Order: sequence, then structure tokens, then C-alpha cells
Amino acid sequence: MTSAKAITFGDNIDTDQIIAACHLVLPTIRDMSLYCFEHYPQFSESFSAGDFIVGGKNFGCGSSREQAPAVLKERGVRAIVAQSFARIFYRNAVNLGIRLIQCEAAGAISLFDKLRFEDNLLINITKKCEYPVHPFPPFIEDIIKRGGIIAHLTHSA
Amino acid sequence: MNCIEKILASHAGKQTVSPDDIIEVDLDYVMSNDACTVLAIDVFKKELKAEKVFDPEKLVMFMDHYTPSSSIDAAKVHRKMREFAHEQGLRNLYDGAGICHQLMIERHVQPGQVIIGADSHTCSYGSLGALATGMGSTDVAIAWQQGKIWMKVPHTLKIDVTGKWPKAVYAKDLMLKVVGELTASGATYKALYFTGEAIEALSISGRTTLCNMAIETGAKFAYISPDKKTAEYLDRIGRAQEFCFENEQDTGNFESTVHIDVSTLTPQIARPGRVDDVCNIDTLKGTKVDELFLGACTNGSFDDLAVAAQILKNRTIAPSVRMLVTPASIDIYLQAINAGFIETFIKSGAMVNHPGCSACFGGSGGILGPKEVLLSTANRNFKGRVGSSESEIYLASPAVIAASAITGTITDPREV
Repeated sequence: MTSAKAITFGDNIDTDQIIAACHLVLPTIRDMSLYCFEHYPQFSESFSAGDFIVGGKNFGCGSSREQAPAVLKERGVRAIVAQSFARIFYRNAVNLGIRLIQCEAAGAISLFDKLRFEDNLLINITKKCEYPVHPFPPFIEDIIKRGGIIAHLTHSA
Repeated sequence: MNCIEKILASHAGKQTVSPDDIIEVDLDYVMSNDACTVLAIDVFKKELKAEKVFDPEKLVMFMDHYTPSSSIDAAKVHRKMREFAHEQGLRNLYDGAGICHQLMIERHVQPGQVIIGADSHTCSYGSLGALATGMGSTDVAIAWQQGKIWMKVPHTLKIDVTGKWPKAVYAKDLMLKVVGELTASGATYKALYFTGEAIEALSISGRTTLCNMAIETGAKFAYISPDKKTAEYLDRIGRAQEFCFENEQDTGNFESTVHIDVSTLTPQIARPGRVDDVCNIDTLKGTKVDELFLGACTNGSFDDLAVAAQILKNRTIAPSVRMLVTPASIDIYLQAINAGFIETFIKSGAMVNHPGCSACFGGSGGILGPKEVLLSTANRNFKGRVGSSESEIYLASPAVIAASAITGTITDPREV
């Protein structure tokens, strides 16, 4: 996997920040994705498809809106790194096949650091270091690797 | 097993379950609303390629977040929901009858059930002794098709609440205190089990306020053992059903216990941006507000309206503010009309809205402009939740909202 830059956020990023309530009635996820993190210039001005989203503790808390991970996927997020994930966001993102990386050292990553994720290691190319990553249960890892819960169910059937 | 694990085991067809087990549970209801149903319909039809839901009686759908339709796009969402409900033969489709969680509690939930909903505040139903949790649209679509869903058995955190309730202190103050102590992620993946004499003293609406905000600590479930008050409530609303009174507060496995004495509790407020940034009202007294909101699935009950109406009776709100009152359901609305509360609110200068999510969600009326300050009975104060990202939201009890409406600043209800 090639490297890409980190777009960083703090602790307790709630799903209202990722996509606000007023946009949830738009007809498609693509329409909604134009408003992803609309009040965060590090995202709206600098995010490119393939970049990493990096949060602190409790990333994705609040509303159960699956539109939040869905718009990040639509925009082409490579992976979401966080010290911890809120429960519903975690489940929604896994269901959509988004690569989540739970990493205790997420707070050490700076905006625009170049990151690479391979062989269950998160490598900070800018800071020339590696971070250990919290492994997910095989069941969850399998869903992510298959590209989401629907593909997982189809395969299991 | 504790009472929560027993309910999960019974729905998983197992003799026993333990925390961290992955189980598949049969669902008594699958709830969804107009913020998430269309995405679930897309997954159901296009990705699962499903044709029929597992049981049309077990799906319950609500138009509440954007109702009456607040935009052309919202009207299109509602139309898609109606078409899907018609096509699947769903009888439980509510439009403008109130907030999904209040209506689930009034019309559907029974003790001992397991329910999922595509809304994070689904955990509210623990007030009737049901295990309910929020999930996303894909899980809901899978549940529509299969009638079951996988989940991890949570560890249980016991919250033992003792003491007598002081004047002007309510379930909302207790829950803000709990969220402040546990923090926004302190109970992630866990179940909150509320017990103790102060919980027994609460009505079902007060218990719903507690369970509703369990998600603000990251919790998966909230649960209060059904008791005499649960039975009386169900009887009063014509849904009496035999259930087992399992008075087992002190049995079973709890990961840890938090003790709280309400007798020393004062009115609490969550400061803008974070629900767990909670302080005593003293710290914020005199803070100027622009808008006040009484409602939401947290505090839109008859009891909540009664508290506010008592304070606002024969008084008027400050000319510098606007106040929105939104009963949580049409039944509450009618009861509030009969009790004279609605007349009190209107005469005080408040705007009374049709039941729905209203100014909690930012999907319909009450939207804030830049730099405006909202004091709300809702459950969330995230940046930009009710309009401008430069607005601010404080959370408090209905008593604090009513007292503050009179002065136009944050006011201690014990002083009006």
C-alpha cells in the first residue's frame, strides 16, 4: 500500500460533524458527501481520495447515522485511524468494509504526516516511526477484508 | 447471569451467555425513522436483493425528524417510506404522531423484549425493561430480512442511586451528572443498569430520560428492572401484559458499581460542544440565551411539560428570547391540552409545535443563527447540531428551561 497524508481531528468527533442532519435527506450518498466535514478546513480544503482520517478517542460518537462512514467511504478514505471508536460508528464502518485502525498512538500523528498501513503496522513516514495497532477479532477482520457485511453474508451463505 | 444477560440468552436460544460472547438474537421489533430508513431501503433492495421483510408486524417506522416535511428532499424521503411500507404491508407507519422513541414506549415496547433501531437513542426503551440499541441502516436492513442480528454480550455497569429527590432536581440532572462522571466514552459497549430507591421513585418518563441518554456515555443498552410502576404504566395506557417481576437488584454479574446519592444533587447543565462537560447551575447563572427548547425524546413527556407549565403559569417569557415547546407525542399533546399546559405555554409567549424531533435535531424548526445560544432539554449539544456551527447549545432540565425563559438568562429553578 502506498503512503498518503493524514487529516487529523481531536477527541470525541461526533457524526454530526462528519455529516450534518440537514443533509441526510439528500437523495444519494454522493450528494451528501459534498458536505462531509464541511466545517473542518483540514478536510474540506486538503483531503484527497486515498488519504487517512486520524481521530483521537471515541471517534464517531453520537448519532447512529450510517451516512457518516458512508460519505467518508464515498470520498475515498483509505482508512480511519483512532485511539478508540464509538460503538455504532465502528459497527457501521465495518459493515461498509472501511479499514479501521485502532491505535493508541493516534494522537502522536500530525496533520499531513505521511502514513502507510501494511502487515498490521501503521508506519509514520514523516516521523520515521511505527505504531502498534490493536488487532480486531477475526470475525470483524473478515468482514472488513471481504468489503463489508453484505459481501460477508453472501459468502457465508 | 444478570437480568440483562438473561434477556439476551432467551433471545439467542441459549441457556447462558457471558460478557464478550458473540450471539445472534431474535428481534421483537426493528425501528427506523426518516433520518435513516431510505438508506436501509436501498441496502435491503439493491444490496441484499431482498423482497419481503421477515414480519411486517415487527417493523415500526416513523416520520419525526423532518416532519411536517421540512424541505422538498424531506418530502421525497417520506414518500419513499410510505411506498415501502405499502409494498411490504407494514401497519406501523407513523407520520407526525410524535418522536419514534416516545411512540415505541407508548404503543409497542414490552418488558423483556430485544429491539434494535436505526437511531442511537433506541436505548431509551430500557425504561420499560426492554433491551434496545441503536444500529446503522445496513444492520437494520439485514434485520428486516432475517429478523435477527449479531451482537456482543456487554459487560454491565451498575448505577446504584439512593437518596430522596430534592426540590427542582430531576432525572435529567441525574443523567447529566452520570454522563459527566462516566464521560462520553466511559461506558462504550457496556450496559447501564440503573437501580436503587431513587430510580424506583421515578415515573416511566423519568426513567426514559435516564435510559435515553445512556448513549451519551457510549453505552449499548440501558436497563431498569420492570416493577409495579412499569405494570401500572402499561395498564394505564391499555397495554397491560403479564411479565415476571424479577427483583434481583443484587444478583448477577456487574463489572463495577457507581453509587450516587441524589439528595445532594443540584440542577446540572452541559456546556456547549460536549454532553460530558457538565457543571452545577451556579457556574453558569446569568448566561444570556436566545432560544429555549422544551421537548425531544429526552424531555418531551407529560411530566416534563407539567414541570415547565407550573413554573410558567401566569408568567411571560423574556422579550429577548423565543421558546419552543414540542410535546413528544400526540397523546402527550392532548393530555397537555386537557391539563391546561398548552394554554399556559401559549399565554407565556412560547411557540407550541406539533410533536416530533423539532429543535433537538436541526431537521425542522428552531434553527440557530451564528453566535446564537440555545438552552435545551434535548440530549445533545454538538457543534452545529441545531443550525449554525457558530451557535452554542446548553443542556438542562425542563425546570431550568422554564425558569430561564422568564429571565432570558440561565436561571436556577429553585429561585423563581
